[in-house]
Parts: sequence; structure tokens; C-alpha cells
Amino acid sequence: MAEDFLRIDKLVKTFGGNSVVKGVDLSFRRGEFVTLLGPSGCGKTTILRMIAGFERPTSGLISVEGKDITDLAPNQRKIGMVFQAYALFPNMNVGDNIAFGLKIAGMPKAQREARVEEMLKLIGLAGYGKRFPFELSGGQQQRVALARALAPSPKMLLLDEPLSALDAKIRVSLREQIREIQRELGITTVFVTHDQEEALSISDRIVVLNAGNIEQVGQPFEIYNKPATRFVATFVGTLNTLHATVADAGAKTVTIGTTIATIPALPASAVRGEAVALTMRPEAVTLADRDIMLEGKVAEVAFLGSVIRLKVDLGGNLVNLDTFNDQRTPPPAHGTSVRVGIAASDVLVLGA
Amino acid sequence: MIARRFWAWVVFGLGAAYFLLPLLATFIFSMQMRRDRLTFDAYLSVFADERFQSTFTYSLLCAVFAIIVGIIIVLPAAYFVRLRLQWLRPVMEFITLLPLIVPPIILVFGHIKLFNSSSILPLTNSTFGTDVLIVCGYVTLALPYMYRAIDTGLRTIDVQTLTEAATILGADPIRTMVQVIFPNIFVAVLSGAFLTFAIVIGEFVLASLLNRPAFGVYMQNVGANRAYEPSALAIISFALTWGAMGVIQLLDRFAPRTARQA
Amino acid sequence: MSTVSLAADKATGPVSTGPAVSLWRSIPIGAWLGVLPFIAFALLFLIVPTLFLVSSAFVDRDGNLTLQNIIDLGTDQVVNAFSISIRISAASAFFGALIGLAMALAIIRGRLPSAIRSTVMTFSGVASNFAGLPLAFAFIATLGRLGLVTVILRTVFGFDIYKSGFNLLSFVGLTLTYLYFQIPLMILIIAPAIDGLKKEWSEAAATLGASRWQFWLYIGFPVLWPNLLGTLSLLFANAFGAIATAYALTGSSLNIVPILLYAQIRGDVLHNPGLGAALALGMIVITACANVLYIVVRTRAERWLK
Repeated sequence: MAEDFLRIDKLVKTFGGNSVVKGVDLSFRRGEFVTLLGPSGCGKTTILRMIAGFERPTSGLISVEGKDITDLAPNQRKIGMVFQAYALFPNMNVGDNIAFGLKIAGMPKAQREARVEEMLKLIGLAGYGKRFPFELSGGQQQRVALARALAPSPKMLLLDEPLSALDAKIRVSLREQIREIQRELGITTVFVTHDQEEALSISDRIVVLNAGNIEQVGQPFEIYNKPATRFVATFVGTLNTLHATVADAGAKTVTIGTTIATIPALPASAVRGEAVALTMRPEAVTLADRDIMLEGKVAEVAFLGSVIRLKVDLGGNLVNLDTFNDQRTPPPAHGTSVRVGIAASDVLVLGA
Repeated sequence: MIARRFWAWVVFGLGAAYFLLPLLATFIFSMQMRRDRLTFDAYLSVFADERFQSTFTYSLLCAVFAIIVGIIIVLPAAYFVRLRLQWLRPVMEFITLLPLIVPPIILVFGHIKLFNSSSILPLTNSTFGTDVLIVCGYVTLALPYMYRAIDTGLRTIDVQTLTEAATILGADPIRTMVQVIFPNIFVAVLSGAFLTFAIVIGEFVLASLLNRPAFGVYMQNVGANRAYEPSALAIISFALTWGAMGVIQLLDRFAPRTARQA
Repeated sequence: MSTVSLAADKATGPVSTGPAVSLWRSIPIGAWLGVLPFIAFALLFLIVPTLFLVSSAFVDRDGNLTLQNIIDLGTDQVVNAFSISIRISAASAFFGALIGLAMALAIIRGRLPSAIRSTVMTFSGVASNFAGLPLAFAFIATLGRLGLVTVILRTVFGFDIYKSGFNLLSFVGLTLTYLYFQIPLMILIIAPAIDGLKKEWSEAAATLGASRWQFWLYIGFPVLWPNLLGTLSLLFANAFGAIATAYALTGSSLNIVPILLYAQIRGDVLHNPGLGAALALGMIVITACANVLYIVVRTRAERWLK
């Protein structure tokens, strides 16, 4: 399509006999923030490195703004990259690190210095120009790495798990900062991570990958609430499973233990007596009245502050129940009998 | 990419030539004792030489004693410094660096001056005393290597945690050292032993100045007086050192390691 | 609180049972006993002899303090010996470092089969110890008047190196021979430093537009430089103190400092113990300076690479 900024066509990568990327098609719009999400070994980093030029695809095409860059050397692609291990040049101070790309491009000294100052302000480290990498904390080093990548005004920004090496608190504040800067500059960004919370919170779109294949592409809201496959549903967020048997395929009713419920999401191919797995998110399970009511006992209570996470045993099915803290009502105690309500429209029926 | 690999092969090839040619030349030369054909006669002559056997045995014995003394002084020291006297580490490192800074010839000169007939400990007066002196000299020369080998072994097996585990289970320090620590660093100790052996076998300066019949002295004598035997000796010496190093590499692969490495 | 529990609070050792183990808690006597043999040995056979030797450089034959021995170092023979020694050490260190660096880069970053790296490293471990008579004879068999390479060059290429002025038993020949253990030593020491050049640095440089040359110019060599300098220093010291190879190759004809000292100790010349000690002092000063430089430069380099 004409508006595609970055296109990946039938990308395949095999190492020896091992197929790491098994035919991936993706298109990215200009200015988009797309995250490649998946467990280790799913191929997300390999795809990123192929976009950067550090791995050559076994077959397939990568094109930017309509031009095929598959065979272009990495140092000619005008792409900014941020690595998990910061990779700041240890023999240069912060200012020289940021100015490196500009120096290579032949920018005159005065202009370079101005640009460095601009970048330092952008990342909130004004005045740190003369410090050396070993004097900075992990979060600060990563911010400098970001500035260094952005200084030469690249076409695209690639980030390879940039937050994985940092402390939890810094991770949250830094990912917000990255997103802010990206929005301000309007630069197309590809972000790789295995942390689904990270992906959900800052992406325009998420590509969920598993074992070299794309499982689903979509906005965070879609991915979370309408997972296309069981893998996506379990990898992104927590998923509850209730085992039920089909009662009447036509009326879309099932039996859960002794309760009968109507499930709109039941596929037409269901057969009477067939075992099905009913899935729903923890926040869809409530202690209030809903279409489907089930009896159970509280197995575990985790008071997490604003969220209370309960594990309820519903006659053999163990479900997670998330509910907000209510200052007036303390959470139920371990072993209490409760009635659990689930809206039928919140139930998904996914393949095994 | 391809240009890089080409130049790498060129450099490697030239380097290999520089290092392998002399060995090849020596080997061929050592086989040329008989004018018309290649034989191992030079080697037979060397092995049959009574002085070869006696000096090799002498050096071998010196090596064994040097290894034993080396272990006795290095092992407890390295162990306790690692465990309790960490502040002594820089001192230990400095001491073990000294034999590398002070050339062997100066060390032996110092020994001769200190232990000659007019000093408190006249070691050079008797053959036995001189033998003691030469063994101690060898221990000194091998000290950096023995210490590094044992220290690395202790670090790899995380001595601190092992000792604490043993002590909390009721073991006293001696039992800990003998039954827990030593078996685990045996391979590292062996590594240091082979290094010492390699050093002692080829050593010339100490033996020559202290007038002891060591292998290194024998080799220099043969070198001055014979034509083909020195080449054979060179090959034998190289094979011995290579053998020792090869064993060390092998041992390194069998060394025990704990999961967490310092 | 009793003194025992106070000590227990202060001690870093673990809590345990048994009377012998109470030593753990208070003064680490046991630890000191363990270290004692080492310290005693080091004092007796390392520190005291060296100090004794060094101090005897300042004493004349009658036992009076004097600087005459140091002054005697100014004689032609001695100055000449130091000059030759320094030049050989510098030459073999410089070329050893250069060639060793090239080889190390080739086997580590040259995309060669990984078996080559481990073979070269093992070989380097052996070759760096190969000094002395065996090395001398290996080179005589290669580049001596009847050496293999000499003969091949003469018969196959018609080029007689000896007629062109080359002689193995000379400064050039000795330097060439010394390279046989200098190059491997360089490879062994610089390999970890080259390993330390993180792959991410060259990748980051590439994304910023740098070519391979620019990477080495701005990042690679500046990062390696302290290590290179330090190792150069070490190689210098290594060559300076070497004697066995020179002795085997050139006898006493090439006048380097260790051989001069050797002769002094053996009493081949007028037995002048003070001069011998002064020579030794001179040697120690030079090798110590070189080694201190090595340590200082290494520590500074490590600071960068935390």
C-alpha cells in the first residue's frame, strides 16, 4: 500500500536447520509505535535485527518508503537502534556519544554541539555532556543511548528490549518517557519486548509472535479483549478457564457442573456432549449478580493495594477474580463460600 | 565481510608459517644424523646418553619437590586469604608478581649472595644445601603460576560458601580443608603442578649458576658440543611442554564448578 | 554482654560448634598460621635476597657504603650492554605486539572457524614457554647457515640471505628468535581485551553510519589502547630479563645485560661482586618500571569498562 512506511513481505530466517522466522508479513504506518511481543525464541529480535541489517533474511523482502533495503548494509540504512545492554562507547563522554552519528555524517562542530544540547534537553539530562558512561546509572545510560540513536534524525527507531536490564520502577518511568519522545518526534518505532504489560501500555499496535509465526496483530484493546488464539489469550494477561459440556448446540447452552448457561460465543460447529473450554478475563469474574451464577469457595486472597486478586474454587475449576479495593468492604477471608457472577458476553470459546 | 575473512586467513597463514617452520626444520634436521637417509638416530643417541637420563631424572625429582613445596605454601595461604584475610589479597598479588618482575638470573644471584659460605644459612656449602636452594628457587619461579592456578580454582568453586556450608554442618577447619576444599580444587592444583614441571624441566640459569646437573644445563652442553642431538632435544623438549600444556587444557575441562562464578 | 558474644557479633565467620572453632570467632589465628609458610618463604627466598642484592650494590669490597659501583656502570662495556638489551627488548616487544595483535584480531574477529582460536591459544601457551636452547636450535635449524629456509631460499629462489648480510647470530637474528615467545605472550594477554570489545558497540556504530574503519578509529583502538600499551611494557620486561635463548644462540658474543651479569656471577671476569649487584640493580629498575607502567595502565583501562 502506498502509505506503508515499512513493509515486511514473507520474511523467513533459518539458522542451520532451525527455522526461527517462518514467513512473516507486516506493514507499519509512518509515525506508528509497533511492539513485537512474544516469549524468548519467538523470533522477534531476529526480525528486528533483519530490519536493522545485522542478519540477512533467508528469503523475503524488507522495504522502507517503497525502496527495497533487504541487501543494504546496516550503516547505510539511516536507522536508529537502542540495545538491551545500552552499548554506549566507554571511551567517549555523553556528549561525544550522542554526537557520534553526526560526526560520521560530517556535521560541522558548532552544529553538532547545538544538536547535542537539544538532545540532552529532550531526554532530561541537560548538563551531563561531560560525564562518562561508567558514571551514569542504568536508566541514565539508556536515555543517552536513545538520544544517540535519535540525534542523526533517523527514519526509524528500533528498540531491542531496552528496558529489560533496568529496575522495575525505572522501567515504568522510562517507557513513558520513550513514548512521549516518540510522539513528539513522530518517528516510526519498532519495539521488541517479552513483557506484555510494557507492550499494552505504550503501543499503537502489537504484533504477537510465537515460534516464528504471527499469532495476532492489533491494537492493545483488541489483543487483550478479543484474543484470536489461545496462545495470545494466555500470553497477554491472565486467562481463566472453565470446563463445560455442550448441552444444546442450537440454543448455545452448556452445562458447567450443575449450572446451565447460554454462551453467545459458542461456535456453530459445537456438538452436543462435546467438552468445551470457556475462557474469560479475571475482571469479568465478579462477586455481583450476572447472567451466569456459580457457587464456590475462596481458595486464596492476595491484597495488592488497589486491586484484590482472589482465587475461587468453583467445584474443581479454579478461577482468578480481580476486583477493586473498596474501603468500606474488606476482602472475603480464606475458605468463605461465595457466589460468583459472570456476564455471558464476556466469555470466549477458544481452541485448545 | 568476505574481505575481512580473507585478510584474517592471510594473517593466520603467515603466523602459522612463522611458528611451524622452525619446528618442521628442527624435526627434519634432527633426522639427518645419517648422511644418506632420515632416521631417528639422533634421538636414540640422546636417549642412550647416560647424562640425559641422569639429568632428566634429577630435574624430574626437583620438579616433584618443587610441586610439593609449592602446594604446601600456596594452598593454605590462598585459602585463608580468600576466606578470612581478604585485605591481604593485594599483598599476595604483589608478592606473586615479583618473580615476574625480577628476572630469574637476579633471583639466583640474590640467593647465592644470601646463602653462601659467609652467611647465617650457608646452603651453598653442601650439595644437599644447594639442592634445597635450587628447589626453593624453582618454587619461587613457579610461584606466580601455582598461585594463579590455585586461586582460580578456589574462586571457581566459591570457597566462601562451601566453607560456610561445611562449618554449619559441624566440620572443623582442617576437616573442611581436607575433605571439602582439596578434592574440589585437585584439578586446579594439578594444573599448577604441570606448569611447575614445564618450568623446571627447561630451566637453565639457576642450575647453571648453582652448578647442579639439571636437564637445562645438559641441553646447553649438548648444544655447544654436538650437531644433531640438540635438534632432537629441542623436539623432545617441545613435545614435553606441549604434553604438559595439553594435560592442563584437558584438566581444565574436568574442573568442578559451582553454578555461581565470581 | 560477655566478651564471647561481642566477638561473635563482630566476627565475619560462620557460627559453629566445637572448641577449636572458637578461634574462628575471635582473632583469626588459624588463618594467620595458614598464611605463615607462604609469607616466610616469600621473605626468605624472594624479598630478602632481592633487597640484599640491591643493597650490596652500594657497598664496596671492604664493606663501606659507596656509589662507586653505580658509577662503574658508566663503563663502555656496561653502557653498550644496556643499549643492546634495551634495543632488542624494544624491537622484540614492538614487533611482538604488532604481529600478536594482528593475529589475535584475526582469530577472534576474523570470522575464522572456532577451532582455530582454541588451537592458537593452546599453542601460544606452549610457545610462550619455549625459550632457551630448544628455541635457539629451532632457529638455527631454520635460519642458520645450513638451515632449512636458508637452503630453500638459496636453491629454489637463488637468494642467499647470508650473502646479503643476514646473520642469525646477531641483533636481528636474536630479535627474530625472541618473537617466537613474544608474539604468543601478546596473543594470550590481548585476547581477553579483544573479547571485551562488545558486539553491541560495533552494531551501534553501524546504525550510526560508521564503516568498519571508523569503528576501529573512534572506538575499537581507543578502547584497546591502554591494554596495548601495558602489554607492550610487559613484553619489554620479558625480553629484557631473558638469557637462556641468547646464551644458547650467541654464546657470550652478543653483549646483553643478562649475559654480562651471568659472567660476573660466574666469575669469568674480575670478580667484582659490587658491580654485579649494580648491574642487577639496573636490571631491576628497568623491569620494575616497565611492569609498574603495565599495572597502572591496566587499572586505568579497567575503570572505563565497568
